[in-house]
Formats: sequence, C-alpha cells, structure tokens
Amino acid sequence: MAETLTGAQALIRSLEHEGVEVVFGVPGGAILPAYDPLLDSPIRHVLARHEQGAGHMASGYAHATGRVGVCMATSGPGATNLITPLQDAYMDSVPVVAITGQVATKSIGMDAFQEAHTWGISMPCTKHNYLVTTVEELPDVIAEAFHLAATGRPGPVLVDIPKNVLNAEMQWHRPGAIDLPGYKPSVKGHPRQVKAAVRLIHESERPVLYAGGGIIKANAADRLRRFAEQANLPVVTTLMARGAFPDTHPLALGMPGMHGNYTAITAMQRSDLLVAIGARFDDRVTGDVSTFAPEAKVIHVDVDPAEIGKVRTADVPIVGDAGVVLEQLIEAMDRLLDGEEPPAREAWFAQLRTWQEEHPLTYEQDPNGPIQQQYVIEKLHELTGGDAIVVAGVGQHQMWASQFWRFTRPRSWINSGGLGTMGFAVPAAIGAKVGRPDDLVFAIDGDGCFQMTSQELITAATEGIPIKVAVMNNGSLGMVKQWQRLFYGGRYSAIDLTTQVPDYVKLAEAMGCVGLRAESPGEVVPTLEKALAVEDRPVVVEFRVDPDAMVFPMVPAGASNDDVVLGPEDLA
Amino acid sequence: MKHVISVTVENKPGVLARISSMFARRGFNIHSLTVGPTEDPRLSRMTVVVDGPEMEQIVKQLYKLVHTVKVTELEPGETIEREIMLVRVNADPTRRGELLDAANLFSAKVVDVGATTVTFEVAGEPSTLNDFLELLRTYGIVTLVKSGRIALAKDQKSTTRRGRLRTA
Ligand SMILES: Cc1ncc(C[n+]2csc(CCOP(=O)(O)OP(=O)(O)O)c2C)c(N)n1
Ligand SMILES: [Mg+2]
Repeated sequence: MAETLTGAQALIRSLEHEGVEVVFGVPGGAILPAYDPLLDSPIRHVLARHEQGAGHMASGYAHATGRVGVCMATSGPGATNLITPLQDAYMDSVPVVAITGQVATKSIGMDAFQEAHTWGISMPCTKHNYLVTTVEELPDVIAEAFHLAATGRPGPVLVDIPKNVLNAEMQWHRPGAIDLPGYKPSVKGHPRQVKAAVRLIHESERPVLYAGGGIIKANAADRLRRFAEQANLPVVTTLMARGAFPDTHPLALGMPGMHGNYTAITAMQRSDLLVAIGARFDDRVTGDVSTFAPEAKVIHVDVDPAEIGKVRTADVPIVGDAGVVLEQLIEAMDRLLDGEEPPAREAWFAQLRTWQEEHPLTYEQDPNGPIQQQYVIEKLHELTGGDAIVVAGVGQHQMWASQFWRFTRPRSWINSGGLGTMGFAVPAAIGAKVGRPDDLVFAIDGDGCFQMTSQELITAATEGIPIKVAVMNNGSLGMVKQWQRLFYGGRYSAIDLTTQVPDYVKLAEAMGCVGLRAESPGEVVPTLEKALAVEDRPVVVEFRVDPDAMVFPMVPAGASNDDVVLGPEDLA
Repeated sequence: MKHVISVTVENKPGVLARISSMFARRGFNIHSLTVGPTEDPRLSRMTVVVDGPEMEQIVKQLYKLVHTVKVTELEPGETIEREIMLVRVNADPTRRGELLDAANLFSAKVVDVGATTVTFEVAGEPSTLNDFLELLRTYGIVTLVKSGRIALAKDQKSTTRRGRLRTA
C-alpha cells in the first residue's frame, strides 16, 4: 500500500534516496516543515550561522568529495543570502543543490512576509532552477536537480518549495526516469577529432597541455598524467586545476595566469600548440586575448560546447568528458606511436628549463624582519608533508598559497576562482572537513576575508568540525593595496583593516576555538606545531605578516602575457 | 546583420523568461521574439531575430538551457518568414481614395475607420511590410504595432529552397 507523506517528508526521503549524508542550512518560517522530518532522518544537519556560510559549506563539501553538496534556507532573506555561494558554485562548476522555502503559492506575488522572487533571482546564477507548485512532482524534481547538478558540466541547482507544498499530502512514489529531452551532455569525443588532435600533438614542436578545473571535476587526474607522459607534454595547471597534475613531476610547469610563474605564462605565449582540457581561457589566464599565445594552434576539450570558441577559436574542438576524452586520446596516441617514443622536443624542454632557472618563484625571509606569507606556507607544507586539504580565501594570501604549496593530488586545493569570493575559506573548509573528516583541512585566509565569514567558526566549534585556519594578518585588504600602490601612485584608499583589532586569539577563543599567534619568523614553526597538535577543536592561528609585501609575478589586468612583471623594479 | 533562429523549447512555465534572461546576461541583442504552441503540446517554438556576429555563441548558449530541445539557424532564401502588423495612418477625406488604392496593392485590409484615420492590417513577408510602411510615411503614421517575425525552414524537398539547411 502506498504511504501518505507530507511534501516535507517526501523532500527528506528524496534527499535520502540521493545518498545525501549532510545538509548545511538555517531554518525559518517557510522552510520550517522540512526541518521536522529531518529529526527522524539519518541525514546530518549542520546549522550555519549565515546562509552564505551554508552555501559555501555545501560547495566545500562538493569540492572535497566530488559529491553533490546540499544547502537549505528559508524564503526571502534566507534565499537571497544564498545567492553569492550559488554564483560562486556556478562560476567554478561545483555540484550543489540548494533547497529554499517559499511563501505559500496563493501568497506568491502578494509581497507576502519574507517573500522574494527566488526563482527569478537565482536563474542567472544556477545551472537550472525550479519552483515546485504541486506536491506530486517533488520526488521527480529532486531527482532531476541532483542529476543536473552532477552530470555534464556540474553546477548549482536551486529548488524553491512553497510552504503549502511542503505541508500538502501525497502518495509517496519513487521518482520516474529522468525526462529531460533538451539535456543530453556529450560524454565521448568525436573519434575523428580525437585522431586529428593526436596527429597535431605529435607534430607540434612547442606544445603545452593547459589543464583546467574540469580535470578535477571529471576525476581525470590519473589519465591526465598518463597522457602527458605518453605524449611528452609539459603541463600548466590553472588556479582551478592545482593538484590535477603533481607539481613535483618533471613535466609540471605550475600555474599560468595573472600571478602565475614566468615559465608557465611564457610557455603558453611561445607555444605552437595549446591542448586545453577542461579549461575555459579565462581572462585571468589569457591576459589581453588578442596577444595571447599568438603562434599556438588550439585543441580544446570541454564538456560544455559553449566554452569552445567562446574566447579563442579552436582548431580541433572536442566536446566530451575530460576523463573519457583523455582515455580516447591515450588510445589514439598509442596507435599513432605504435611502440615508438614520442618526440623528444629537446629544444623546447631546454628552453623551458632555462626559463625555470632564470625566473623561479622566490622570496626572502629576513630572520629579523616581518613574517613573509610564503615562508608560512612552505613551513606548513614541510610540517604536514603536504598531506592536507588547503582552502584559500581571495587576495594575496590565495595567490601565494597557490604558488608555494606543492600540490600532488586532486581535491587538495579548494578556492574561489571564477567569482573570487572573499569569505569563502572558513565555510568551505568546514564543508570539506565534514566530507573528509580524516583529512587535515587547513584554511589559509586573509584578515579581510576572515572577517567576512569568521562567525562560521562557531558552527565548526559547536558541531565538532576541527578545521584549522591561518589568518594572514597584514592589516589590510592586501591585494587592493597592491593595485593602489602599482596603479594609483600609492594613494591608499579604504584598505586599512588595522592589525590590532580584532584580537584574533581572543576572537577565536570566544568562538570556542583554540587561538594562537605568531609575530616573528622564529615563532612560525613552533606555532604551527602547536596548531597541528590540536585535534579536538578548531584552531585559528594568526600570523602577523609583512604589510608591504606584493605578489609577483604579475600580469597587470588587460596587459599582454608578454609583459610579465617580475618585481616592482619592472614597473619603474 | 540580422539572423533568424528557430528555437524549440519544452512548454514549461518560465521558459520565455529563461531565454530572455540568457540573452540579457550574455549581452546578445534581440530584435524580435515570438513564441507560441506547436503541433506537439509539450513543445513551444520561438522565432528569435537577433543582431550581431556572435551567432555560434548564441546557438550554443541557447542549447545550454535545460529546456531547449532544438535550435536551428534559418538561412535567408530557405525560410518562410511572416509578420503581421496593425498600422493607423492619417487619412483626411481628400486623400483617402489614393490611400486605399495603395493599400490594395499590398493586400492590406482596412480594419478600422475613424474620422481622420484609417487602420490597416497587413500580413506578409517582413520586407513587404516595410515597403508598405515606407509608402504610408507620406500620410503620417499615428500608431504601429508589429507581431514580430515567425519563421519556418522550407521543406527539405521544397522547389523554392536553395542549398542545404544548416542546423547547429
Ligand atoms: C566579497 C568580495 N568583496 C570584495 C572583493 C575585492 N577584493 C579582492 S581581494 C581583496 C582584499 C582581500 O583582503 P584580505 O582577505 O586581507 O587578503 P590579502 O589580499 O590581504 O591577502 C578585496 C577587497 C572580493 N574579491 N570579494
Ligand atoms: Mg589582508
């Protein structure tokens, strides 16, 4: 006999069917019915202190595990608070499902209490969204939402559910087969294009494999490595792809782009073939597009056909899943090589080595001077053996973390690349830790970013989610300060945060965390050791870092990648 | 240059908002957009006339919307295009006769007659409508409303069709 369930019960049952283990959220009037059956469900609910936190937690969980992250909020302000994380997840192709309460269907459009047009507001920042108008459709909508979030190019999907739909009764039924006639993501690349690609790769003299975040989304790091070795291709990993290819590998060139290293940037500029896989020619990578990699032919592999040709015309476009296409490329390359070695490309590799030797990423830690952030990152890497999930905020600290951490595994680097959302790190780290409780999760955050969402440490402390957060206290919105120094003649406007307020140690303690502070280079290692020894509570470590340090190399916004600025002296 | 695209979408609430929001967000210019039911009640068909060179992106971005089932860029010469308009013009009694003669040439129907105006209904190819409007300007157009274009690719075996149909 069919079971009679309320919409709310059907919602929670549907989430259970999707294998959801945790929901990050904040309750309120319109979503109240859904919170009652949650009490009887094995699904864990993590009570965030702000819906933005809940949204980034869901993203952090998805980044770290590859599974769909789920967040929940009430109508009106709850839903609008989710918009930033939704856009963040949209830009970085993160699989997230957001459930929002809505006023009753008869009140929609009446400017009812806590009414917002969530469906309309969230439309441009989701892969797809729903307003559920009848209780019977709930199981199907939830199944579709998870299917859309996780397949093809992943992304956020929002399901808005009016309160009367949550309260209405239905005969429970399992969702039917997914019926989306307009949604059929391509998985396999076109064999003819794959063949054309390997031929072009084989003939190229100065190739660069341009690996993007899609490699990680497709769980294809192993195949990327096999293919790079098989075809003898140097690899750059974008900000979203750090960890997709080991930095320790002889073919690794590191990060390209605005704050990439000289060799990665210049290799792309001088290459005769870019093999872009799961990358989207973002402006932070290309610099001025008209002068980007002028001699390069382009092979572009992406699961989203709209990315191909959007910025740069592709000579060989391949639509498909990065992992599947890589397998096809490996197979086709095997046939082409037929037991022979790939081209040695001696001149090209010699050139790359020369650039690496001439322009390594460097910094100097004066033992008597202020702490340099690069030093903290290197020491943390040493102490952990690199065995951690690093989560970053947005700003100078983010760039240094990406530059100086030696990534060797996918899903060990979580950051907000496309949207550049300050406040991402703390909640994303919490989500990552919930998804991978046995891993060390270390957020490297700026003082400015930290102040945007630090209240989520209360969530971490009370829910028993022992993350670690390094607050790089340079007393300023450092990245903005750097631009003002370089491009506005040192006229500093609205960048001063002060180093003394807040007292991060007291703030950490007030939120139920351990608070630590390092003020000089000599204190860095002992303080990190103390932080690493704590296992039962979240830890905040404040580092009083050099307030005047700047991130280099730098390609100024809109400039050509030919004009990499290696240090302040280049700008004089 | 104007392009005409025919977009088949699932007949779901809000689908028009999704399409127009995508155009706005991506900075694509819509010249006209019409939407209506099709032979299949589950589907609607839109005819969108767009300005600009980014056709490939427009087609791909349309496909990216979950409810888009098919997008076809219609080639001039291989397409039947129609539009309807209602136009009210000044028509003082002394010039009414010549005005009605002219209207006859364009198969324009008189649908309303006022003391000083006449209102015509004209349906046909967009260029015919424009020719008629040109002619009416000398009389003074009081009000104009156009339906926006609807279009359909000619039958594959059509005798009036030239070249092959291009679909994206
Ligand atoms: C929500 C948001 N607001 C504003 C910005 C612009 N912005 C980019 S970096 C930055 C400074 C970040 O300061 P902090 O967290 O202290 O990092 P630092 O650069 O000092 O390492 C600002 C304001 C942003 N990226 N996100
Ligand atoms: Mg700062």
